Amino acid sequence: MTEKKIRVLIAKPGLDGHDRGAKVVARALRDDGMEVIYTGLRQTPEMISEAALQEDVDVIGLSILSGAHNALVPQIIRKVRENGQNEVIIFVGGIIPEDDIQGLLDAGVFKIYGPGTDTRQVSREIREAVQAATLVD
Amino acid sequence: MALIDDMRKGSRLALSRVLTLVENASPTGQAALNQLFPYTGKAHKIGITGPPGSGKSTLVNKLAHQLRLNEPAAKVAIIAVDPTSPFTGGAILGDRVRMLALQNDPMVFIRSMASRGALGGLATATQALSQVFDAAGYDYILIETVGAGQSEVDIVNLAHTTIVVDVPGLGDDIQSIKAGILEIADILVVNKADHPGADQSTRYLRSMIRMGHRTSSPSYGKHALKEWQEPEPKENEPEKELEPDWLPPVMKTIATDGTGIMEVVEKIQNHRSWLEKTGNWEKKDAFILREVVKKMVTASLVSKFEAEVPEDEIERLLSDVNRRKVSPSEAATQLVAYNRTGINPHLSE
Repeated sequence: MTEKKIRVLIAKPGLDGHDRGAKVVARALRDDGMEVIYTGLRQTPEMISEAALQEDVDVIGLSILSGAHNALVPQIIRKVRENGQNEVIIFVGGIIPEDDIQGLLDAGVFKIYGPGTDTRQVSREIREAVQAATLVD
Repeated sequence: MALIDDMRKGSRLALSRVLTLVENASPTGQAALNQLFPYTGKAHKIGITGPPGSGKSTLVNKLAHQLRLNEPAAKVAIIAVDPTSPFTGGAILGDRVRMLALQNDPMVFIRSMASRGALGGLATATQALSQVFDAAGYDYILIETVGAGQSEVDIVNLAHTTIVVDVPGLGDDIQSIKAGILEIADILVVNKADHPGADQSTRYLRSMIRMGHRTSSPSYGKHALKEWQEPEPKENEPEKELEPDWLPPVMKTIATDGTGIMEVVEKIQNHRSWLEKTGNWEKKDAFILREVVKKMVTASLVSKFEAEVPEDEIERLLSDVNRRKVSPSEAATQLVAYNRTGINPHLSE
Protein backbone atom coordinates (compact mmCIF):
# COMPACT_ATOMS: atom_id res chain seq x y z
CA MET A 1 0.00 0.00 0.00
CA THR A 2 0.94 3.64 0.15
CA GLU A 3 3.36 4.94 2.74
CA LYS A 4 1.86 5.67 6.12
CA LYS A 5 0.40 9.16 6.32
CA ILE A 6 1.77 11.41 9.02
CA ARG A 7 -1.11 12.54 11.23
CA VAL A 8 -0.76 15.84 13.08
CA LEU A 9 -3.01 17.45 15.67
CA ILE A 10 -2.91 21.24 15.66
CA ALA A 11 -4.44 22.75 18.78
CA LYS A 12 -4.57 26.05 20.60
CA PRO A 13 -4.55 25.57 24.36
CA GLY A 14 -5.52 28.40 26.65
CA LEU A 15 -7.45 31.55 26.18
CA ASP A 16 -5.90 33.68 23.46
CA GLY A 17 -8.08 34.04 20.41
CA HIS A 18 -5.64 34.31 17.54
CA ASP A 19 -5.35 31.19 15.43
CA ARG A 20 -3.91 32.55 12.23
CA GLY A 21 -0.47 31.10 12.98
CA ALA A 22 -2.00 27.72 13.79
CA LYS A 23 -3.92 27.76 10.53
CA VAL A 24 -0.85 28.74 8.51
CA VAL A 25 1.10 25.82 9.96
CA ALA A 26 -1.86 23.46 9.45
CA ARG A 27 -2.09 24.51 5.84
CA ALA A 28 1.66 24.16 5.29
CA LEU A 29 1.69 20.63 6.69
CA ARG A 30 -1.33 19.76 4.57
CA ASP A 31 0.52 21.00 1.51
CA ASP A 32 3.38 18.75 2.48
CA GLY A 33 1.07 15.74 2.31
CA MET A 34 0.23 15.29 5.98
CA GLU A 35 -3.21 14.75 7.49
CA VAL A 36 -3.84 17.61 9.86
CA ILE A 37 -6.56 17.44 12.49
CA TYR A 38 -7.47 20.95 13.44
CA THR A 39 -9.31 21.40 16.72
CA GLY A 40 -9.60 25.14 17.04
CA LEU A 41 -9.41 27.61 19.87
CA ARG A 42 -9.54 27.43 23.66
CA GLN A 43 -8.64 23.83 24.29
CA THR A 44 -7.92 22.45 27.74
CA PRO A 45 -4.98 20.06 28.21
CA GLU A 46 -7.54 17.25 28.70
CA MET A 47 -9.26 18.03 25.41
CA ILE A 48 -5.96 18.05 23.54
CA SER A 49 -4.66 14.79 25.01
CA GLU A 50 -8.03 13.14 24.41
CA ALA A 51 -8.12 14.26 20.77
CA ALA A 52 -4.55 13.05 20.28
CA LEU A 53 -5.53 9.66 21.71
CA GLN A 54 -8.65 9.24 19.57
CA GLU A 55 -6.90 10.34 16.41
CA ASP A 56 -3.73 8.31 17.07
CA VAL A 57 -1.58 11.17 15.84
CA ASP A 58 2.16 11.08 15.34
CA VAL A 59 2.65 14.77 16.10
CA ILE A 60 0.98 17.46 18.21
CA GLY A 61 1.50 21.13 17.35
CA LEU A 62 0.56 23.63 20.06
CA SER A 63 0.11 27.28 19.25
CA ILE A 64 0.33 29.59 22.24
CA LEU A 65 0.41 33.36 22.22
CA SER A 66 -1.00 34.02 25.67
CA GLY A 67 2.13 33.52 27.76
CA ALA A 68 0.67 30.53 29.60
CA HIS A 69 3.05 28.07 27.92
CA ASN A 70 5.00 27.22 31.08
CA ALA A 71 1.81 26.08 32.76
CA LEU A 72 0.04 24.45 29.81
CA VAL A 73 2.71 22.68 27.80
CA PRO A 74 4.12 20.41 30.55
CA GLN A 75 0.55 19.50 31.57
CA ILE A 76 -0.29 18.47 28.03
CA ILE A 77 2.90 16.45 27.66
CA ARG A 78 2.21 14.67 30.93
CA LYS A 79 -1.36 13.78 29.94
CA VAL A 80 -0.33 12.53 26.52
CA ARG A 81 2.34 10.30 28.06
CA GLU A 82 -0.11 9.07 30.72
CA ASN A 83 -2.37 7.95 27.89
CA GLY A 84 0.45 5.75 26.67
CA GLN A 85 1.38 7.82 23.63
CA ASN A 86 5.07 7.89 24.43
CA GLU A 87 6.36 8.37 20.94
CA VAL A 88 4.18 11.36 19.95
CA ILE A 89 6.27 14.36 18.93
CA ILE A 90 5.15 17.66 20.42
CA PHE A 91 6.16 20.99 18.98
CA VAL A 92 5.23 24.51 20.00
CA GLY A 93 4.66 27.63 17.97
CA GLY A 94 3.87 31.19 18.96
CA ILE A 95 5.42 33.75 21.25
CA ILE A 96 7.83 32.04 23.65
CA PRO A 97 10.37 34.24 25.48
CA GLU A 98 14.02 33.28 25.06
CA ASP A 99 14.33 32.45 28.77
CA ASP A 100 11.55 29.88 28.67
CA ILE A 101 12.74 27.91 25.67
CA GLN A 102 15.21 25.62 27.46
CA GLY A 103 12.67 24.77 30.15
CA LEU A 104 10.12 23.68 27.56
CA LEU A 105 12.67 21.63 25.64
CA ASP A 106 13.64 19.95 28.91
CA ALA A 107 9.98 19.18 29.55
CA GLY A 108 9.94 17.17 26.33
CA VAL A 109 9.08 19.64 23.57
CA PHE A 110 10.66 18.67 20.25
CA LYS A 111 11.11 22.14 18.76
CA ILE A 112 9.83 25.66 19.28
CA TYR A 113 8.99 27.69 16.20
CA GLY A 114 8.71 31.44 16.67
CA PRO A 115 7.21 34.03 14.34
CA GLY A 116 8.82 34.15 10.92
CA THR A 117 9.87 30.51 10.82
CA ASP A 118 9.88 29.09 7.30
CA THR A 119 7.00 26.60 7.24
CA ARG A 120 9.05 24.33 4.97
CA GLN A 121 11.55 23.97 7.79
CA VAL A 122 8.72 22.99 10.15
CA SER A 123 7.35 20.29 7.88
CA ARG A 124 10.80 18.96 6.98
CA GLU A 125 11.92 18.64 10.60
CA ILE A 126 8.64 17.03 11.62
CA ARG A 127 8.79 14.52 8.80
CA GLU A 128 12.36 13.58 9.71
CA ALA A 129 11.50 13.23 13.38
CA VAL A 130 8.49 11.01 12.66
CA GLN A 131 10.50 8.84 10.32
CA ALA A 132 13.26 8.48 12.91
CA ALA A 133 10.70 7.57 15.60
CA THR A 134 9.06 4.95 13.34
CA LEU A 135 12.42 3.35 12.58
CA VAL A 136 13.11 2.96 16.28
CA ASP A 137 9.75 1.21 16.81
CA MET B 1 -3.20 -10.30 18.94
CA ALA B 2 -2.60 -8.49 22.23
CA LEU B 3 -3.85 -5.23 20.78
CA ILE B 4 -7.21 -6.81 19.96
CA ASP B 5 -7.58 -8.24 23.46
CA ASP B 6 -6.81 -4.83 24.98
CA MET B 7 -9.29 -3.20 22.64
CA ARG B 8 -12.03 -5.68 23.48
CA LYS B 9 -11.33 -5.02 27.16
CA GLY B 10 -12.01 -1.34 26.56
CA SER B 11 -8.58 0.23 26.04
CA ARG B 12 -9.10 3.37 24.00
CA LEU B 13 -5.43 3.54 23.06
CA ALA B 14 -5.62 0.00 21.66
CA LEU B 15 -8.80 0.90 19.78
CA SER B 16 -7.13 3.96 18.31
CA ARG B 17 -4.09 1.93 17.24
CA VAL B 18 -6.24 -0.75 15.63
CA LEU B 19 -8.12 1.97 13.72
CA THR B 20 -4.81 3.26 12.35
CA LEU B 21 -3.62 -0.21 11.31
CA VAL B 22 -6.93 -0.84 9.57
CA GLU B 23 -7.03 2.58 7.92
CA ASN B 24 -3.57 2.02 6.47
CA ALA B 25 -4.62 -1.40 5.13
CA SER B 26 -1.52 -2.96 6.66
CA PRO B 27 -1.32 -6.76 6.86
CA THR B 28 -1.67 -6.47 10.65
CA GLY B 29 -4.78 -4.37 10.13
CA GLN B 30 -6.26 -6.96 7.81
CA ALA B 31 -5.53 -9.71 10.32
CA ALA B 32 -7.13 -7.61 13.05
CA LEU B 33 -10.28 -7.17 10.95
CA ASN B 34 -10.51 -10.91 10.35
CA GLN B 35 -10.19 -11.55 14.05
CA LEU B 36 -12.79 -8.90 14.92
CA PHE B 37 -15.37 -9.82 12.32
CA PRO B 38 -17.29 -12.37 14.48
CA TYR B 39 -17.99 -9.60 17.01
CA THR B 40 -19.55 -7.23 14.49
CA GLY B 41 -23.15 -6.80 13.43
CA LYS B 42 -24.65 -5.16 16.49
CA ALA B 43 -24.09 -1.43 16.00
CA HIS B 44 -26.62 0.89 14.41
CA LYS B 45 -24.73 2.68 11.66
CA ILE B 46 -26.12 6.10 10.83
CA GLY B 47 -24.83 8.05 7.84
CA ILE B 48 -24.98 11.83 7.64
CA THR B 49 -24.41 13.40 4.26
CA GLY B 50 -25.12 16.67 2.51
CA PRO B 51 -23.42 19.61 0.82
CA PRO B 52 -20.35 21.33 2.31
CA GLY B 53 -21.29 23.85 4.95
CA SER B 54 -24.79 22.48 5.45
CA GLY B 55 -24.03 21.82 9.11
CA LYS B 56 -23.32 18.09 9.10
CA SER B 57 -20.65 18.23 11.80
CA THR B 58 -22.72 20.44 14.06
CA LEU B 59 -25.69 18.15 13.55
CA VAL B 60 -23.61 15.05 14.29
CA ASN B 61 -22.37 16.73 17.45
CA LYS B 62 -25.92 17.40 18.63
CA LEU B 63 -27.24 13.99 17.57
CA ALA B 64 -24.48 12.21 19.49
CA HIS B 65 -25.19 14.37 22.51
CA GLN B 66 -28.90 13.58 22.35
CA LEU B 67 -28.29 9.86 21.91
CA ARG B 68 -26.11 9.92 25.01
CA LEU B 69 -28.81 11.80 26.97
CA ASN B 70 -31.45 9.29 25.93
CA GLU B 71 -29.29 6.26 26.64
CA PRO B 72 -26.66 6.95 29.29
CA ALA B 73 -25.23 3.45 28.86
CA ALA B 74 -24.79 3.70 25.09
CA LYS B 75 -21.40 4.14 23.48
CA VAL B 76 -21.29 6.43 20.46
CA ALA B 77 -18.57 6.48 17.80
CA ILE B 78 -18.21 9.17 15.18
CA ILE B 79 -16.27 8.75 11.95
CA ALA B 80 -15.86 12.10 10.21
CA VAL B 81 -14.49 12.06 6.67
CA ASP B 82 -12.92 15.13 5.06
CA PRO B 83 -11.37 15.36 1.59
CA THR B 84 -7.75 14.63 0.74
CA SER B 85 -6.00 17.06 -1.60
CA PRO B 86 -5.67 15.46 -5.03
CA PHE B 87 -2.38 17.34 -5.50
CA THR B 88 -0.41 16.86 -2.31
CA GLY B 89 -2.16 13.93 -0.62
CA GLY B 90 -2.54 16.07 2.50
CA ALA B 91 -5.76 16.95 4.26
CA ILE B 92 -7.18 19.29 6.86
CA LEU B 93 -9.59 17.37 9.06
CA GLY B 94 -11.67 20.02 10.74
CA ASP B 95 -14.86 18.32 11.83
CA ARG B 96 -13.74 18.04 15.45
CA VAL B 97 -13.98 21.81 15.77
CA ARG B 98 -17.78 21.43 15.85
CA MET B 99 -17.67 18.53 18.29
CA LEU B 100 -15.76 19.99 21.22
CA ALA B 101 -18.69 19.46 23.56
CA LEU B 102 -18.32 15.69 23.15
CA GLN B 103 -14.63 15.69 23.90
CA ASN B 104 -15.03 15.15 27.64
CA ASP B 105 -17.51 12.29 27.33
CA PRO B 106 -15.63 8.99 27.79
CA MET B 107 -18.46 7.11 26.04
CA VAL B 108 -17.91 9.01 22.80
CA PHE B 109 -15.01 8.34 20.44
CA ILE B 110 -14.44 10.64 17.48
CA ARG B 111 -12.14 9.66 14.65
CA SER B 112 -11.35 11.91 11.69
CA MET B 113 -10.50 10.34 8.35
CA ALA B 114 -9.14 11.73 5.12
CA SER B 115 -10.84 10.45 1.98
CA ARG B 116 -7.44 9.46 0.47
CA GLY B 117 -8.56 9.61 -3.11
CA ALA B 118 -11.89 7.80 -2.83
CA LEU B 119 -14.69 9.64 -4.62
CA GLY B 120 -18.00 8.40 -3.26
CA GLY B 121 -18.05 10.63 -0.17
CA LEU B 122 -16.24 8.17 2.09
CA ALA B 123 -12.70 6.83 2.37
CA THR B 124 -11.95 3.31 1.20
CA ALA B 125 -11.41 2.20 4.79
CA THR B 126 -14.49 3.84 6.33
CA GLN B 127 -16.43 0.59 6.23
CA ALA B 128 -13.55 -1.25 7.89
CA LEU B 129 -13.26 1.39 10.61
CA SER B 130 -16.95 1.06 11.34
CA GLN B 131 -16.42 -2.68 11.79
CA VAL B 132 -13.70 -1.99 14.34
CA PHE B 133 -16.00 0.31 16.34
CA ASP B 134 -18.77 -2.26 16.05
CA ALA B 135 -16.52 -4.98 17.46
CA ALA B 136 -15.33 -2.62 20.19
CA GLY B 137 -18.91 -2.48 21.46
CA TYR B 138 -20.05 0.89 20.18
CA ASP B 139 -23.85 0.95 19.95
CA TYR B 140 -24.17 3.83 17.53
CA ILE B 141 -21.73 4.70 14.79
CA LEU B 142 -22.34 8.09 13.20
CA ILE B 143 -20.59 8.41 9.87
CA GLU B 144 -20.22 11.89 8.45
CA THR B 145 -19.34 11.97 4.75
CA VAL B 146 -17.27 14.61 3.01
CA GLY B 147 -19.36 17.52 1.78
CA ALA B 148 -21.35 15.79 -0.91
CA GLY B 149 -22.81 17.08 -4.13
CA GLN B 150 -25.32 15.14 -6.13
CA SER B 151 -23.81 11.73 -6.64
CA GLU B 152 -21.64 10.85 -3.64
CA VAL B 153 -23.92 8.09 -2.47
CA ASP B 154 -21.49 5.45 -1.11
CA ILE B 155 -22.86 5.97 2.37
CA VAL B 156 -25.95 3.97 1.44
CA ASN B 157 -23.73 0.90 1.06
CA LEU B 158 -22.64 1.25 4.64
CA ALA B 159 -25.30 2.82 6.86
CA HIS B 160 -28.52 1.34 8.19
CA THR B 161 -30.04 4.79 8.34
CA THR B 162 -29.02 7.60 6.01
CA ILE B 163 -29.70 11.21 6.92
CA VAL B 164 -29.39 13.74 4.11
CA VAL B 165 -28.88 17.31 5.30
CA ASP B 166 -30.12 20.10 3.10
CA VAL B 167 -30.20 23.83 3.72
CA PRO B 168 -32.58 26.51 2.50
CA GLY B 169 -31.83 28.25 -0.75
CA LEU B 170 -30.01 25.52 -2.66
CA GLY B 171 -32.40 25.29 -5.55
CA ASP B 172 -35.93 24.90 -6.72
CA ASP B 173 -38.26 21.95 -7.03
CA ILE B 174 -36.41 20.60 -10.07
CA GLN B 175 -33.30 20.05 -7.94
CA SER B 176 -35.40 18.04 -5.55
CA ILE B 177 -36.64 15.55 -8.15
CA LYS B 178 -33.21 14.82 -9.62
CA ALA B 179 -31.68 11.44 -9.03
CA GLY B 180 -28.87 10.99 -6.57
CA ILE B 181 -28.25 12.11 -3.09
CA LEU B 182 -31.81 13.06 -2.11
CA GLU B 183 -32.98 9.63 -3.22
CA ILE B 184 -30.88 7.81 -0.65
CA ALA B 185 -32.33 9.58 2.36
CA ASP B 186 -34.16 7.70 5.07
CA ILE B 187 -34.49 10.97 6.92
CA LEU B 188 -34.23 14.39 5.29
CA VAL B 189 -33.14 17.28 7.43
CA VAL B 190 -33.50 20.92 6.43
CA ASN B 191 -30.88 22.47 8.66
CA LYS B 192 -30.45 26.20 9.32
CA ALA B 193 -34.22 26.37 9.44
CA ASP B 194 -34.02 29.89 10.80
CA HIS B 195 -32.74 31.04 7.41
CA PRO B 196 -35.17 32.40 4.83
CA GLY B 197 -36.64 29.81 2.50
CA ALA B 198 -36.66 26.94 4.98
CA ASP B 199 -40.38 26.35 4.66
CA GLN B 200 -40.14 26.34 0.89
CA SER B 201 -37.26 23.83 0.89
CA THR B 202 -39.23 21.64 3.25
CA ARG B 203 -42.27 21.82 0.95
CA TYR B 204 -40.20 20.90 -2.12
CA LEU B 205 -38.71 17.91 -0.36
CA ARG B 206 -42.05 16.71 0.98
CA SER B 207 -43.65 16.93 -2.43
CA MET B 208 -40.73 15.01 -3.91
CA ILE B 209 -41.37 12.21 -1.46
CA ARG B 210 -45.09 12.18 -2.14
CA MET B 211 -44.32 11.94 -5.85
CA GLY B 212 -43.32 8.34 -5.40
CA HIS B 213 -39.95 8.33 -3.78
CA ARG B 214 -38.47 4.88 -3.49
CA THR B 215 -36.79 4.65 -0.13
CA SER B 216 -33.23 3.50 -0.04
CA SER B 217 -33.81 1.03 2.73
CA PRO B 218 -35.65 -1.76 0.91
CA SER B 219 -33.83 -1.34 -2.39
CA TYR B 220 -31.15 -3.91 -1.69
CA GLY B 221 -32.30 -5.95 -4.62
CA LYS B 222 -33.61 -3.92 -7.49
CA HIS B 223 -37.24 -4.55 -6.71
CA ALA B 224 -37.02 -5.54 -3.10
CA LEU B 225 -40.07 -3.46 -2.32
CA LYS B 226 -42.18 -5.78 -4.42
CA GLU B 227 -40.40 -8.95 -3.38
CA TRP B 228 -40.96 -8.35 0.25
CA GLN B 229 -44.25 -9.83 1.43
CA GLU B 230 -46.09 -9.66 4.70
CA PRO B 231 -46.12 -12.99 6.51
CA GLU B 232 -49.54 -14.69 6.37
CA PRO B 233 -51.56 -13.76 9.45
CA LYS B 234 -52.06 -16.79 11.66
CA GLU B 235 -55.53 -17.94 12.65
CA ASN B 236 -57.04 -16.76 15.91
CA GLU B 237 -54.62 -13.92 15.91
CA PRO B 238 -55.92 -10.42 15.51
CA GLU B 239 -55.01 -9.26 12.05
CA LYS B 240 -51.86 -7.22 12.27
CA GLU B 241 -51.67 -3.90 10.56
CA LEU B 242 -49.62 -3.99 7.43
CA GLU B 243 -46.27 -2.40 8.14
CA PRO B 244 -46.27 0.66 5.93
CA ASP B 245 -43.33 1.42 3.71
CA TRP B 246 -40.87 3.81 5.22
CA LEU B 247 -41.62 7.30 3.98
CA PRO B 248 -38.62 9.54 4.65
CA PRO B 249 -39.71 12.30 7.01
CA VAL B 250 -38.56 15.85 6.31
CA MET B 251 -37.37 17.46 9.52
CA LYS B 252 -36.44 21.06 10.23
CA THR B 253 -33.49 21.70 12.53
CA ILE B 254 -31.28 24.51 13.77
CA ALA B 255 -28.27 22.44 14.74
CA THR B 256 -26.41 25.34 16.35
CA ASP B 257 -29.05 25.79 19.07
CA GLY B 258 -30.42 22.24 19.13
CA THR B 259 -33.87 22.96 17.71
CA GLY B 260 -35.43 19.83 16.22
CA ILE B 261 -32.63 17.48 17.30
CA MET B 262 -34.76 15.46 19.69
CA GLU B 263 -37.26 14.87 16.90
CA VAL B 264 -34.56 13.68 14.49
CA VAL B 265 -33.26 11.20 17.07
CA GLU B 266 -36.83 9.95 17.49
CA LYS B 267 -37.04 9.37 13.73
CA ILE B 268 -33.72 7.51 13.82
CA GLN B 269 -35.17 5.18 16.47
CA ASN B 270 -38.40 4.82 14.46
CA HIS B 271 -36.39 3.91 11.40
CA ARG B 272 -34.47 1.32 13.32
CA SER B 273 -37.58 -0.34 14.67
CA TRP B 274 -39.12 -0.25 11.18
CA LEU B 275 -36.00 -1.98 9.82
CA GLU B 276 -36.17 -4.60 12.54
CA LYS B 277 -39.90 -5.27 12.32
CA THR B 278 -39.92 -5.63 8.55
CA GLY B 279 -36.85 -7.83 8.31
CA ASN B 280 -35.02 -5.06 6.53
CA TRP B 281 -32.30 -4.92 9.18
CA GLU B 282 -31.04 -8.36 8.13
CA LYS B 283 -31.49 -7.52 4.46
CA LYS B 284 -29.53 -4.32 4.88
CA ASP B 285 -26.79 -6.17 6.73
CA ALA B 286 -26.57 -8.78 3.99
CA PHE B 287 -26.49 -6.04 1.38
CA ILE B 288 -23.69 -4.17 3.16
CA LEU B 289 -21.58 -7.32 3.49
CA ARG B 290 -22.17 -8.26 -0.13
CA GLU B 291 -20.85 -4.83 -1.14
CA VAL B 292 -17.81 -5.28 1.10
CA VAL B 293 -16.93 -8.62 -0.48
CA LYS B 294 -17.51 -7.24 -3.99
CA LYS B 295 -15.17 -4.31 -3.31
CA MET B 296 -12.51 -6.61 -1.90
CA VAL B 297 -12.69 -8.90 -4.90
CA THR B 298 -12.22 -5.90 -7.19
CA ALA B 299 -9.35 -4.57 -5.13
CA SER B 300 -7.52 -7.88 -4.98
CA LEU B 301 -7.99 -8.48 -8.71
CA VAL B 302 -6.54 -5.06 -9.39
CA SER B 303 -3.51 -5.63 -7.18
CA LYS B 304 -2.99 -9.10 -8.68
CA PHE B 305 -3.16 -7.52 -12.12
CA GLU B 306 -0.66 -4.85 -11.13
CA ALA B 307 1.70 -7.46 -9.73
CA GLU B 308 1.52 -9.75 -12.75
CA VAL B 309 1.44 -7.53 -15.78
CA PRO B 310 4.85 -5.98 -16.47
CA GLU B 311 5.05 -2.21 -16.46
CA ASP B 312 6.66 -2.04 -19.93
CA GLU B 313 3.82 -4.08 -21.41
CA ILE B 314 1.33 -1.52 -20.09
CA GLU B 315 3.51 1.34 -21.35
CA ARG B 316 3.85 -0.26 -24.78
CA LEU B 317 0.08 -0.59 -25.15
CA LEU B 318 -0.50 2.90 -23.80
CA SER B 319 1.81 4.36 -26.42
CA ASP B 320 -0.12 2.43 -29.08
CA VAL B 321 -3.25 4.02 -27.70
CA ASN B 322 -1.62 7.45 -27.78
CA ARG B 323 -0.81 7.00 -31.47
CA ARG B 324 -4.42 5.96 -32.11
CA LYS B 325 -3.28 2.51 -33.27
CA VAL B 326 -5.19 0.65 -30.59
CA SER B 327 -8.41 1.77 -28.93
CA PRO B 328 -8.54 2.05 -25.14
CA SER B 329 -10.97 -0.84 -24.96
CA GLU B 330 -8.78 -3.09 -27.16
CA ALA B 331 -5.78 -2.21 -25.00
CA ALA B 332 -7.69 -3.11 -21.84
CA THR B 333 -8.82 -6.42 -23.33
CA GLN B 334 -5.25 -7.31 -24.26
CA LEU B 335 -3.92 -6.41 -20.84
CA VAL B 336 -6.54 -8.50 -19.09
CA ALA B 337 -5.86 -11.42 -21.44
CA TYR B 338 -2.15 -11.05 -20.78
CA ASN B 339 -2.89 -11.17 -17.09
CA ARG B 340 -4.94 -14.35 -17.40
CA THR B 341 -2.64 -16.34 -19.63
CA GLY B 342 0.71 -14.67 -19.31
CA ILE B 343 0.77 -14.62 -23.12
CA ASN B 344 0.57 -11.48 -25.13
CA PRO B 345 -2.21 -12.21 -27.66
CA HIS B 346 -0.92 -9.35 -29.76
CA LEU B 347 2.38 -11.15 -30.36
CA SER B 348 1.04 -14.70 -30.71
CA GLU B 349 -1.26 -13.74 -33.58
